[in-house]
Amino acid sequence: MYRVTIQNETSLPEFRDHVRTLIGARIKPRDVTFSTAESADLFGETPPADRKVPAFTVPGAYVELAQVVLSHRDPARFALLYELLWRLLHEDRKLMSIHSDPLLHKLRHMEKSVRRDLHKMTAFLRFRKVEDDDGELYIAWFEPQHLILGAAAAFFIKRFANMRWSILTPDGTLNWDTNALSYGPAVPKAQAPQDDAMEDWWRSYYASTFNPARVNPEMMRSEMPVRYWKNLPETSLIPGMIAAARARTGAMLDTAPTEPRKNKSGDIVMREFFASDAPQVSVIAGTLAALRAEAASCRRCPLYGHATQTVFGEGPERAPVVFVGEQPGDQEDLGGKPFIGPAGQMFDRALAEAGIARPMVYVTNAVKHFKFVPRGKKRIHQKPNAGEVEHCRWWLERELTLIQPKLVVALGATAVKALIGKDVKITEMRGRLLTIRDGLTLVATAHPSYLLRLPDAAVKAAEYGRFVEDLTAVARYLPEIAKTA
Amino acid sequence: MEQRQKFRIDTATPKEQKENMASPDLKTKLEILADAAKYDASCASSGAPKRDSKNGKGMGSTTGAGICHSYTPDGRCVSLLKILLTNSCIFDCTYCINRRSSNVRRARFTVDEVVGLTLEFYKRNYIEGLFLSSGIIRDADYTMEQLVAVARRLREEHHFRGYIHLKAIPEASQELIAQAGRHADRLSINIELPTETGLAQYAPEKKQTTIRGTMAKLKLRIDEVQAERKAPRFSPSGQSTQMIVGADGANDATILTTSAALYASYGLRRIYYSAFSPIPDSSRALPLKAPPLMREHRLYQADWLMRYYGFDSSEILAGDAAGMLDLEIDPKFAWALRNRAQFPLDVNAAPREMLLRVPGLGARTVDRMIETRRHKTLRLDDIARLKGAVKRARPFIVTPDHRPVQDLDSAAIRARLAPPPKQLSLF
Repeated sequence: MYRVTIQNETSLPEFRDHVRTLIGARIKPRDVTFSTAESADLFGETPPADRKVPAFTVPGAYVELAQVVLSHRDPARFALLYELLWRLLHEDRKLMSIHSDPLLHKLRHMEKSVRRDLHKMTAFLRFRKVEDDDGELYIAWFEPQHLILGAAAAFFIKRFANMRWSILTPDGTLNWDTNALSYGPAVPKAQAPQDDAMEDWWRSYYASTFNPARVNPEMMRSEMPVRYWKNLPETSLIPGMIAAARARTGAMLDTAPTEPRKNKSGDIVMREFFASDAPQVSVIAGTLAALRAEAASCRRCPLYGHATQTVFGEGPERAPVVFVGEQPGDQEDLGGKPFIGPAGQMFDRALAEAGIARPMVYVTNAVKHFKFVPRGKKRIHQKPNAGEVEHCRWWLERELTLIQPKLVVALGATAVKALIGKDVKITEMRGRLLTIRDGLTLVATAHPSYLLRLPDAAVKAAEYGRFVEDLTAVARYLPEIAKTA
Repeated sequence: MEQRQKFRIDTATPKEQKENMASPDLKTKLEILADAAKYDASCASSGAPKRDSKNGKGMGSTTGAGICHSYTPDGRCVSLLKILLTNSCIFDCTYCINRRSSNVRRARFTVDEVVGLTLEFYKRNYIEGLFLSSGIIRDADYTMEQLVAVARRLREEHHFRGYIHLKAIPEASQELIAQAGRHADRLSINIELPTETGLAQYAPEKKQTTIRGTMAKLKLRIDEVQAERKAPRFSPSGQSTQMIVGADGANDATILTTSAALYASYGLRRIYYSAFSPIPDSSRALPLKAPPLMREHRLYQADWLMRYYGFDSSEILAGDAAGMLDLEIDPKFAWALRNRAQFPLDVNAAPREMLLRVPGLGARTVDRMIETRRHKTLRLDDIARLKGAVKRARPFIVTPDHRPVQDLDSAAIRARLAPPPKQLSLF
């Protein structure tokens, strides 16, 4: 039987040296015992350290696990870690991936316990302020479940780098002087300050932020285990808070409710506001600005329900040409303007290549709310149905009536449908001028988002070329919209 | 006494000083304004970029993960100093304790008082930072300005590196929202109620279009800043919102549909569901009864299914006529019982997205199962070790040493696994 005596029980380098020796000497896990310096086992022989140790590597996952588990208080951890290492080297290199292995499972459980204790230390440690010759000093007393003092230091240094503080525990102390960390021996709890004036304020806050109507002490205890309570200033209030919760809630439920407030005219306020939200279709707007304001509260179809806003048309009041797309997309819905997303950017580029100044033209959509289905963090565009197009024609017709353009350009089949009420394929309409009413001519081309969706780069380039040609024809038809520069 | 003096440093305008003269002492203010803020469920302090104060200035750090520094007997975490700047409000939202027409006692902090409390609490490791909201006083811009002033003073004068969550007031100007985003780790705007009708009815001064429009602007800003490195900081921990459950008549299906659309539209980090709770001096227009805590819990579980388990909002309640989540069993279990044809699954072959639908198997367990099965055939005791307990998953999985009894119907499985029905009570 061999014996290993560990001096610094949480030290990974020391543990590594021991197990390298053991592995080198091919000492099986069942033939070695580990003990710490304090509980040194006097029996058994020291493993032969002079043997030349052949180089071996261990998975990173093992090293990470060992680093954490060494802080566990269970004296069996050294043997368990050595057994896992032995099996990794001699049985199965993939063992770290076999999460259901009983030994790995046990060690993972220990790892979790240490990590939880570390987390709870960052959460439940409380400093108390004292003054000495050098100024303010913050001192905490904490009783960790595991040997985590060293592992916890980095967190407190980063957070309170410019404060002088000491953390006292039954395992030793940590001291930070705003420059360097030092470790000291364990001290009794009596050496920690007994009070801090702020604790009264903290208790006031703690009691006030509690909602007695939601009392659930089991949940509290599972997250804040009772073993931490004795060093938390707020926990002395808990029994009283729980005891009074029922009466406080009962009082809230029993007190007669206040009547909803009435406004001066005597109507219930909420009804008045509710009424003002209804779409006011009786007044016909006389200007584009008025029409836009009216459209903002459009409820003609259910599409408004999940959309951000009505995306109304944009451009000069007397534009000679109106471009009509299908509906706003994700970016348009968020930004509140038509043609600003990827399709809009392509449209802008094509307009520029065709020599058309965008500020000279009016752009709008057949449907003015974004129709989509949610898919995780994305919204998937949905084609508006005939009913939605029909409901939204109301706005498009009024835009055209107020603007009185010479030409309307339908981008895609939905726009054609909205303008002439019929399902017509773009391929059949393309390049033809169609008079749709006195003084208003329609021409149709592709929708830029159709171009964006084409998978084949060559086809895409060709279709884009045709799109620019169509726009160039529009520019020839209406010389007044040409770019001046 | 020393603390009191510290908080007395006051740079308030003469008008503010006048308002403050009649106000209660600071500790009473803390009690009033913490009480007034507690109906907002959010207390998250996670997701902020990693920072510390090792450069010799200021105080505080963020690790990326949040820390809950305490728990109150309602089981809720205390992570941030969650207070209102003032509980005076010109709005009259029926469900709110601070509504204009409520008889609740009013108070108002000065900017320095909030800064002082935050720093003193932080130094003693009571909190991760500040969550500051406010009633609307004078107008939206004035109120937002006050919130921004607190955050700016913490960041610029005290080099505070802890977490700051500010409430964005939808009606406030873009410039103020931009300033808020510069100092805050998270901004939030509460959607308040799941439907526009509900909002119009119970929060008459609030407009859904304004709320959504501001969420949209926040999303555009957050995306823009993330895409460009040199852009000024803007709410790096994103935005969240809160919906009140049980005040209006919206059913769970409506709530989940709204949530799915909100997550997809505005990239929200979280939606908090807040069971409508009785408040002192409540309005007759609302139900005066115990908060529907179990319903709230089931909604959180369903929300989780949408975000981490690949469920579509429409599937969770598909086939349920009332559109309400089962209060007795969790929504994943309820879904599995309604979709028995998809089970049992061979845990050694089923794809991840199907394993995630097995009751009792969490995402972490599923990932470990998938890694393990590459090297070894999973048996029932392997699952038990990976999972902790295998009872709930048993009827839905197949292993070489286990095959569930085929003729067991859903009602029998439910009877065996559901907790015995008990009267849901407050205590």
